[in-house]
Amino acid sequence: MKRFGVPLLFALMAGSAICSPVHAQTTLRMAWYSDGNEGEVLADLLKRFEEQNKDIKVILDQVPYKAINENLPVQLASGQGPDMARVVDLGGISRYTLDLTPYLKDTGYWNQNFGPFLQWMRPADDSKSIPGFMTQLTVTGPFVNKTLFEQAGVAMPGVRATWEDWAKATKDVAAKVQAPFPIALDRSGHRFYAVALAEGAKIFGADGQPVVVDEGFKRAAQMIYGWHKSGVMSKELWGSVSGTAYRGANEEFKNAQVVMYLSGSWQTSQFDKTVGNAFDWVAVPNPCGPGGCTSMPGGAGLVAIKSTKYPKEVARVMDYLASEPVLSEFYSRTLFVPGHLGLAKKGVDYPSASPQAKAALKVFSTQASEVAPLAFALQGYVNSRIIFNAVISRLGQAISGETTLDEAYKRITADVDQQMAERAKK
Amino acid sequence: MTELPSVAVQEGGGLRRQALAATGQVIGRSVGRLVGFAMGLVDRPMKAIQRAIGAKRMPYVFLLPNFVFFGLFVFLPIAINVVFSVTGGTALFPSQRPFAGLDQYAYLFDCGSFLDPNSCREDHFWRGVANTAKFVVFQVTAMVLLSLLTAVILNMKIRGRGFFRAVYFFPVLLSPVVVALIWKWILQRDGLLNAAITTFGGQKILFFVDPGWAMFWAVFVSIWAHMGLYTLILLAGLQAIPSDLYEAAQMDATPRWRVFRRITLPLLWPNMIVVIVLSLIKGVQTFDEVFVLTGGGPGTATLMVVQYIYETAFSNQVQNFGLAAAASVVLGIVLFVLTLLQLAVTRQKER
Repeated sequence: MKRFGVPLLFALMAGSAICSPVHAQTTLRMAWYSDGNEGEVLADLLKRFEEQNKDIKVILDQVPYKAINENLPVQLASGQGPDMARVVDLGGISRYTLDLTPYLKDTGYWNQNFGPFLQWMRPADDSKSIPGFMTQLTVTGPFVNKTLFEQAGVAMPGVRATWEDWAKATKDVAAKVQAPFPIALDRSGHRFYAVALAEGAKIFGADGQPVVVDEGFKRAAQMIYGWHKSGVMSKELWGSVSGTAYRGANEEFKNAQVVMYLSGSWQTSQFDKTVGNAFDWVAVPNPCGPGGCTSMPGGAGLVAIKSTKYPKEVARVMDYLASEPVLSEFYSRTLFVPGHLGLAKKGVDYPSASPQAKAALKVFSTQASEVAPLAFALQGYVNSRIIFNAVISRLGQAISGETTLDEAYKRITADVDQQMAERAKK
Repeated sequence: MTELPSVAVQEGGGLRRQALAATGQVIGRSVGRLVGFAMGLVDRPMKAIQRAIGAKRMPYVFLLPNFVFFGLFVFLPIAINVVFSVTGGTALFPSQRPFAGLDQYAYLFDCGSFLDPNSCREDHFWRGVANTAKFVVFQVTAMVLLSLLTAVILNMKIRGRGFFRAVYFFPVLLSPVVVALIWKWILQRDGLLNAAITTFGGQKILFFVDPGWAMFWAVFVSIWAHMGLYTLILLAGLQAIPSDLYEAAQMDATPRWRVFRRITLPLLWPNMIVVIVLSLIKGVQTFDEVFVLTGGGPGTATLMVVQYIYETAFSNQVQNFGLAAAASVVLGIVLFVLTLLQLAVTRQKER
C-alpha cells in the first residue's frame, strides 16, 4: 500500500487541478498618482471590475507624481513598465503607448467621446490610434479668498477683468489685511502660459515650429517679473527654488495668506476638504488680456502601455473604466471636470461637494468649454514640457535677481533649441 | 537572622555563575566544532587551489570575491557612464544611442570665461561648480575646526561627557532628507526661528529668498548633520595618544597651546587627514540635504553639481543622459585628483 500511496496522492492532486472550476487569472499592473481621492475611488471601481471579471486581477501601484514624470519614462524605455499608467506628459509618453483600436468593443464610442483629447496622447505622425482616455480634464484658473476681500472692503474685479485689474485689487486687499501673498502663481510653465496666452503669446511660427519668445510672451514675463518687484508676488514661489522644480501655494492659500491663487480645477476637491468653513473662497474665470481670457487646459490620461503582454485584457479594463456610467461615477466622486464629451454635455452631478466647490466646478466647466485653440494646441504639442521647463528655470533666475529678463529670453530660446535637437538625435 | 538570607543569596549567586560558566563552555565547544567543520569544508578546495597555482598567488584568490563585487557595482557602472558620455539622444540603451564623440564635453566646456558662468553655454553646470566650490571651502573648513574643537572638549574630564558625546553623534543617525525637512520647518516664513525673532521684536527673515542666507544655512545644516561622525574619528585619535607624553609635558610646565601644537596636533594628523579627505569628498558630492532644504535656490544660488547632473538626466522632459554622464565623468575626475592630492600631502607629512 505504501508503495502506491505517494503516486496516488499526486494523481489525485493533478486530477483535482484539472477539474477545478478556478480559471487562470491574468494579473495586470497599473501605475497611478493622485492629487486628491482619485486613487481611493479607482481602487473601488477596480474591485467591482474584478468581481465581474474573475479572470483579471489589476494591481494598483499608487506612486508619487514625481515618479510618473521622472521614473516611469526610464522604466518604459527599458521595456519594464506597467500595463497601464496614469500620465500627465501625454506627448512625452506617446511613443510607449499601445493602440487599443483592435481590442476595444466600440471604437466609435471612444472617438466620439474622447476625440479631441486623443490627439494629445498620439505620437506626432499618428492621427488614428486610441491609446487611452482622460481621467481628468483640467483647466487653469484662480481661486480667490473672498473673505479677505470682504474684510478689506475692496470690490472683487468682474468677469472680464484684466490681470492688471486683479493685481491692483489684490495688492489693496493684501495691504489692508496684512496678507503676505496678494497673488500666488504655481511655479509651473503650464500656469505661466495661462497668463502668456492672455497677453497674446503666439508660441508657434508659420512653419509650426515653436517661437517661444515673442511680444505676448515678453509682456507676460515682464508683468510677472514686475509683480515680484512691486510686491504683488512673493519671491517664495518663483524665486526660491532652482531649475524645473514645481512649487505651489496650497498651504499658504489654506492658511488664508494668499488673496488670489492661480492654480487649477484639480485643487477643488483638496480645498473643499482642507479649507472647510475657515473662510469663503471662489473660483473665478481666467483674467483677460490683449490675447483673450483663455485658460490652459491639461489633465491626466490613463494610457495602455505597448510593452504589455496582455493587450486584450488591458482593453477590457480600459473599456470598463471609460464606460459612461463608471466614468461618470469617477468624475462625480473625485470632483473632476469631465474629460468625456458626452458627460461634459450632460453635466456631472457632484453630490459630495460643498456649495462653494460646486460653484467652482461650474466655473471651471464653463472655462473648459471656452479654451482657445492655441491653448489646446500647446497642451497637445509633443515638446510642450521642454518649453514649460525652460520658462520656469530661466524666468526664476531673472526673478531671483541672478540674470536680467533679456538674458532669460536668450537662454529660454537656447534651452528649447538644444533639448529639441537632443531629442531629434537618432 | 539578617545574615542568613544574604549567605543564601551569595550561595545561590555562586551556583548560578557556575551553571552559566558551564553552559558557556558547552556552547563554546559546540560553536568551535561547527566552525572547525565549516573550515574543514573550505580547507580542502583551498589547499587544492594552492597546489595548483602556488602559495605566492593565493592572495589574489582571497581578493577575487571583493574584486568581483567592486567590478560589478563600481567599475562596470563607471565604464557604462563613460560610454553614455560619448553618446547623444534620448534612448536608454547604449546600443541604440548615436555616437557623439566628445561633443557633450565640448558643450560643457564651451565658455567665454570659466570664472563667469553667464559666458558659458551650459551655465547651470558652471554655476553648480562655483556653488559646490564655495560650499566645500566653507563647509570643510568649519566642519574640521568645529569637529576638532568638540573632540578636544569631549576628551576632557567634564561632567556629563557620555551624554554630550551621544548628543553630538545623534544627528549622524538621521536620514539627510529628515534633517533637511526639520531645518526647513525651523527656517521657513512661519517657522520656529522666525517665531523667535518676532517674539523679540525683530522682523521675519525669508531665509530661502536671500542667496547669502540660503548658502549659509546649507553649510550650517550640513555641518550640524555630519559633525558627529568626524568628532568621533578625532576623539578616537585623541584617546590613542599616549598619556605619558602629556605627563612629561606637564612636568616641564609646557604651556597648553604648545602642548596642543607639538603633541596633540602632530599625533592626531593621520585622523585629521581622514576627516579632511572624507569631508571634502562628501562636500563635493553634496545633494540630498541641500536639494530638500533649498531646492538649489534662490535662482541657482545653492544649485550643486550633483543636483545639476540629476536634473539633466531625469527631471527634464528630454532626459539628457549623455550630458549628465559627461558632467559625472568631470566630477569623478575632480574627486580623484582631490583624493590623490590629499594622499600626497599625507605621504609628505609622514616622511
